Amino acid sequence: MPIAPIPDAQVPALPPAIELVGIDKRFGGVHANRDIHLTVDKGSIHGIVGENGAGKSTLMSILYGFYQADHGRILVDGREVRIRSSADAIGLGIGMVHQQFMLVETFTVLENVILGAEGAPRLAAAESRARGLIERLARDYGLTVDPDRIVGELSVGEQQRVEILKALFRGAETLILDEPTAVLTPAEADHLFRILRRLQAEGKTVVIITHKLREIMAVTDTVSVMRRGEVVATWPTAATTVERIAEAMVGRRVLLHVPKASSVPGRTLLAVEGLDVRDGRGARLVEGVTFDVRAGEIVGIAGVAGNGQSELLETIAGIRRPSAGSIRLGAEAIGGLDPAAIRALGLAHVPEDRHRMGLVLALEAWENVMLGYQDDPAYQAGVLIDGRAVRAAATDRFRGYDVRPPDIRLRTGLFSGGNQQKIVIGREMERDPDVLLVGQPTRGVDIGAIEFIHRRLIALRDRGKAILLVSAELDEIRSLADRVLCMCGGRIVGECRPETPEADIGLMMAGVAA
Amino acid sequence: MSGSRGELPPLVDYLVVPAVNLTLAFLVSGLVVLAIGENPLAAVRIMLSGALGYAEGVGYTLYYTTNFIFTGLAVAVAFHAGLFNIGAEGQATMAGLGVAVVCLAFDGAPWWLVLPFAVAAAALFGAGWAFVPGWAQARRGSHIVITTIMFNFIAATVMVYLLVNVLGKPGAMNPETRTFAEATRLPPIRDMLLPLGFDVGTSPLNPSFFLACLAALLVWLLIWHSRLGYEMRVFGFNPTAAVYAGIDPARVVMIAMMISGALAGLLAVNEVMGVQNRLLLEFVGGAGFVGIAVALMGRAHPLGIVLAAFLFGVLYQGGAELSFERPKISRDMVVVIQGLVILFAGALEHLARPPLVRLFRRTRLAAEA
Repeated sequence: MPIAPIPDAQVPALPPAIELVGIDKRFGGVHANRDIHLTVDKGSIHGIVGENGAGKSTLMSILYGFYQADHGRILVDGREVRIRSSADAIGLGIGMVHQQFMLVETFTVLENVILGAEGAPRLAAAESRARGLIERLARDYGLTVDPDRIVGELSVGEQQRVEILKALFRGAETLILDEPTAVLTPAEADHLFRILRRLQAEGKTVVIITHKLREIMAVTDTVSVMRRGEVVATWPTAATTVERIAEAMVGRRVLLHVPKASSVPGRTLLAVEGLDVRDGRGARLVEGVTFDVRAGEIVGIAGVAGNGQSELLETIAGIRRPSAGSIRLGAEAIGGLDPAAIRALGLAHVPEDRHRMGLVLALEAWENVMLGYQDDPAYQAGVLIDGRAVRAAATDRFRGYDVRPPDIRLRTGLFSGGNQQKIVIGREMERDPDVLLVGQPTRGVDIGAIEFIHRRLIALRDRGKAILLVSAELDEIRSLADRVLCMCGGRIVGECRPETPEADIGLMMAGVAA
Repeated sequence: MSGSRGELPPLVDYLVVPAVNLTLAFLVSGLVVLAIGENPLAAVRIMLSGALGYAEGVGYTLYYTTNFIFTGLAVAVAFHAGLFNIGAEGQATMAGLGVAVVCLAFDGAPWWLVLPFAVAAAALFGAGWAFVPGWAQARRGSHIVITTIMFNFIAATVMVYLLVNVLGKPGAMNPETRTFAEATRLPPIRDMLLPLGFDVGTSPLNPSFFLACLAALLVWLLIWHSRLGYEMRVFGFNPTAAVYAGIDPARVVMIAMMISGALAGLLAVNEVMGVQNRLLLEFVGGAGFVGIAVALMGRAHPLGIVLAAFLFGVLYQGGAELSFERPKISRDMVVVIQGLVILFAGALEHLARPPLVRLFRRTRLAAEA
């Protein structure tokens, strides 16, 4: 690494790229940032970790001009500045890559890069400048993307590169990345880290906001931990450990790997044979998939996102129709039944995307507790819904799954990601299903909640239920699953033990060792 | 939606926001009235006293209110299922046909005997007319906004054809059916209250007003306390989650549209059986479109819709009095004022929200400090 991490005690030779002094911000009753002091050294990669709701995003939004701090000062390159809008931030050389990309999908890469920074009514000048820059950056940093492709056709990793190009085109010296790897495959994430190190070598400063500890260890020089609106610790990354960071984030010791006994598989509860799924245009999404899941075991499906895992789960749950093959739940053939019928036969489903599918964010939380179970006789009172019964069930789930705040009448969208996920998981697990399909159980979930969710999944397995787990986190699959299936291009390309080295599973996921 | 907590306390959300919007609408209306050389305050006084100042005026106001409750509920029910039903006008028009056929078939029978059949026919014809666009969207993907607008035109022309060629009174110049027998007409509220010793003045107000209030109550139960209403709301907010939850989207779209059409259709009970006592062209008179503004302003909640419908009732009745008293303020001017209310309360509904949200944050902060 070209620039060694600078320990806190030393006085850096250059003024820090960014210095936050006593930043304080409240939203109504929520104290989002409490007297924050943070120094980001020039030319460093600085990680900011914290659970959802710890105040990371608020702090970066203040730095990027979306919000104004109630108190406190911001210094850029040693000079005190006022940042009232993102235009001010860009003017000071601060660029931001948001978690949700801000791209016009129907425009080309080039058009997106110059968008808002055209400089003159005629586009040609900005376009040729941007083209030159994209070529240079592609050469220097490995930021390869074709400037003439339509953004909507690019992969997620490429779209993120376009976002980085946008920031650099606007003269960013300091780059803020908000949860940059949330949507990337492991290989794409590694590519991103290489780009960031190249940027650092060129003297750029990088701030990464994340809740993934692995990438903090992999790429940062310094790490600051936030909890409940405060910066509780700042360490040189090399001088700390994942366990210490996790403890600082959560405020107590957490287990990153929940211990479990070896599985005692019983009879087959879910059997899939020769399953084919096609999309509306006839393209094969899932091809000849055969496997089974037995009572008392967790079968994990590893694979790079978009290789048919989502479609496989949705087909078993009845949301998609299989074009060929059979699915059996215990003794019943369920292929082609609708989701309500399949649910009634004892299958529960925690969908991959809770916002898109698992919850209705605009409804009150208790109303989501009956989503999918609205036909349950226990929830009916004559022709009407027995609101009292549903709310009692919701209160019960909230208590059992430690959902915070414990207010069942709060609008679902106002809960944090981890608590929303607990609502979904509580709803599905409390039905005591024979078979549970789980997609991305801990995506966007805090470390503390991850441990909780993992414990619940293992407890369900130990009660003799069958669990089919799909996750983009290889770590999660390896620590939970009793058997691992690898999917690539809609097929199952191999099966292995969870102890198999990560690199070998990774090769299988890429379809190499099939 | 009921009792859900967001950025603003519910009381502010449901009362203060609409009140601010209304105030803005009236301020701009005042400027318009001023521009044509009339005194806006005097105009307001005439409108209010015309709509609420005497029993007959109140009767007219509530008669208009009845229509707007029906169409407002119709738009709101579809809205909860994520559907924008612009076709209440056409659905009510076709329902008029149903009511007229029942009344003519039972002509001479007492109204209380005919009423259940007329209500059923109104609901059925309205639902039927809404079912076709609902089916087209559910099964064929045709957008409901486009199809319901087209169905308004189709309903209007079908009515012309029927009244000129099939149902029209022989030898009459006007395209309309013969008038129903006295006994079959819905009696005005006045006739019902006179024997009890109350004289509320002559107005078209009739028992269908109570039908409208009952419909509002039933819609409230449907949307927030029934499984079907729950399925409609889930589908309306998040169609993907609805499929996940085992809800059949096509079924929800078709049923929601039919309930919506049935509610719009009930307007015909008021107009055809209660007021006009015959079927004639354009008896809906734009109430189907006012229903959109009423539903928006009432935040798609039955209570809000009843209040918003009453407000529009006041505007209609007060406006009529105003153009009568002040010839300079023509009927068209009154339409301008109504349009401004619709603009501010409906289209610009969120104009006043952000400042109110900010104000609230600040006062809450101050209270804490």
